[in-house]
Amino acid sequence: MAIAKETSGFQRSPSLDKKTTPARVIDIGFWGLTLTLAIAAGSVLFWVILQTGASSTQAIQLFGLGFLFNSTWNPIEDVYGVLPQIYGTLITSAIALIIAVPVGVGVAIFLTEDFVPRYITTPIAFAIELIVAIPSVVLGIWGIFVLVPFLRPFFQFLNQYLGWIPFFGGSSPRGNNLMIVGLVLAVMIVPIIISITRSTFEVLPPYLRNGALALGMTRWETILRVLIPAGLSGIVSSVMLALGRAMGETMVAAMLVGNANRIDISILQPGSTITALIASQFGEAGRLQVSALMYAGLVLMVLSLVVNIFAELIIRRFQNVER
Amino acid sequence: MDTFDNHSAPVFLQESDLSKSAIPLYRRALSVLLTGLVIAFTASVLIPLAAVVYSVSKKGINQLKFPTVFTELPPPPGLTEGGFGHAIIGTLMTLSVATVIAVPFGVLAAIYLAEFGKGTKIAQIVKFSCNVLTGVPAILCGLFAYSIVVLPMRSFSAFSGGVATGVLMLPIIVRAAEEALLLVPSEMRQASIGIGATRFQTITQIVIPTAMPALTTGIVLALGRAAGEAAPLLFTAFNNNFWSNDLFQPVATLPVLIYFFSIIPYKASQDLAWAAAMMLVFIVLIFSIAARFFSRQKVV
Repeated sequence: MAIAKETSGFQRSPSLDKKTTPARVIDIGFWGLTLTLAIAAGSVLFWVILQTGASSTQAIQLFGLGFLFNSTWNPIEDVYGVLPQIYGTLITSAIALIIAVPVGVGVAIFLTEDFVPRYITTPIAFAIELIVAIPSVVLGIWGIFVLVPFLRPFFQFLNQYLGWIPFFGGSSPRGNNLMIVGLVLAVMIVPIIISITRSTFEVLPPYLRNGALALGMTRWETILRVLIPAGLSGIVSSVMLALGRAMGETMVAAMLVGNANRIDISILQPGSTITALIASQFGEAGRLQVSALMYAGLVLMVLSLVVNIFAELIIRRFQNVER
Repeated sequence: MDTFDNHSAPVFLQESDLSKSAIPLYRRALSVLLTGLVIAFTASVLIPLAAVVYSVSKKGINQLKFPTVFTELPPPPGLTEGGFGHAIIGTLMTLSVATVIAVPFGVLAAIYLAEFGKGTKIAQIVKFSCNVLTGVPAILCGLFAYSIVVLPMRSFSAFSGGVATGVLMLPIIVRAAEEALLLVPSEMRQASIGIGATRFQTITQIVIPTAMPALTTGIVLALGRAAGEAAPLLFTAFNNNFWSNDLFQPVATLPVLIYFFSIIPYKASQDLAWAAAMMLVFIVLIFSIAARFFSRQKVV
């Protein structure tokens, strides 16, 4: 890409351009049109943020920041708070990351470091890319009718024998819970981590590998002590993008989280996420409730913006260190 | 072995017999262990994919009865048979609206980024903002379309679903179109300007036709991604159990239909949800095959 950027596009205006002719008027008009649309495209983000904020003013004025720390959601008395949903969003994303990061980085290493010939890794990489193409609602229906019945005995086993660990405690699990959402989210975000980590490893200079190997390191010592530290910025940015995706995913959460408005330390119990709350209640919401749901959307927006900007800063910082 | 070549893909030095005997046993054991671990990881990533494809084709194929899926409405609760032709039409309607909004808008914005504004502050801000917009959760595109279209028009509609989907597609198209335009070598632009063409002529008659395969690939990929999204449609296109060709009325769409039918406890509806899931996977697959086909065509 870097080369393409330098060689394409127009050079600074040739003097022939300066004549005032109908052709030049068209040129300027076209330039103006594309400039306007580019600015408009850039403004869509701010429009989305402002509009979500404007639609939630009523709820913001009524509940203020207390909205974030209140765990009641009562449409009859019009009292709203999203603490359980924030908790659910963070905990399901955390479960997804804990599973997906080691697996994703491991698979990326397997695919780039020539453990097996290319004719084996290429179809595997293609198959993994296919996961991204599966619509999330299809993963949701698969979760409901295939994965939940399959995993229920396993959840019950965990609950029965390891129930003394708070994470697995509580009443006997029915199937829809925070854990299963985290699992399916992990399936969804693993390809993101794999593809970005892979391209990071592929552009690392060969002398890093050769030098480490020449010093007598084994292949894995090279990977763990040289390649992973050198590619850390790429790995971290892939993790941040995956986190953003996991927090914003709606259908899987709405279909599998159980929609229980409570905070439970046990991940084998039903819970809720911000996205699941909006998806399940928006259709039949009253006036103030719509405003409260918009406020919940705004909270989600802020969370995902923080993650995105954080990722951007980390990448920049690592780039500075490298140079 | 091409061990010392500077391949773009990394090529490992082969660990020779000599170095193997020199490395202590525990270090070699760790290597073997970790190698086994990443192979297990790779297998475990492929299992869910295989399981989803297997379930969708097994449970979907029996329910997918031609041609009734295209011609009939879903059955009332308690009855069986029926189809979801109205949801296929609804999906096409929302996607058309989204395409009409996002494609010209995105491509023209990308023309500014690639042809005029390179390196300017405006281009940098627009790019940054588009990148962040890509990371905005899809359901927020739905909330946005709800407040700018559904509330003023006082009705859920195919149009508002299209707006939500269009917002989702826009940053993807801007990025893809910009990359497609940057692939066109600058010699072609210079040659065109050199024989006296204006910039407008150069862009519309030389640059865009040359970038067309890559441009089409990007647009088709964006469409494929948008076709499967249910979240932005939940409270914009909403749902409709009957035929509707009206852009300003609620319509059923495949993803939303799958969601609603899979969470209600009727066997017939659940069967239909699986059939719709298979249809949706099929449609998304067609989009990604089409994208591959377009990207095969020669760029220059």
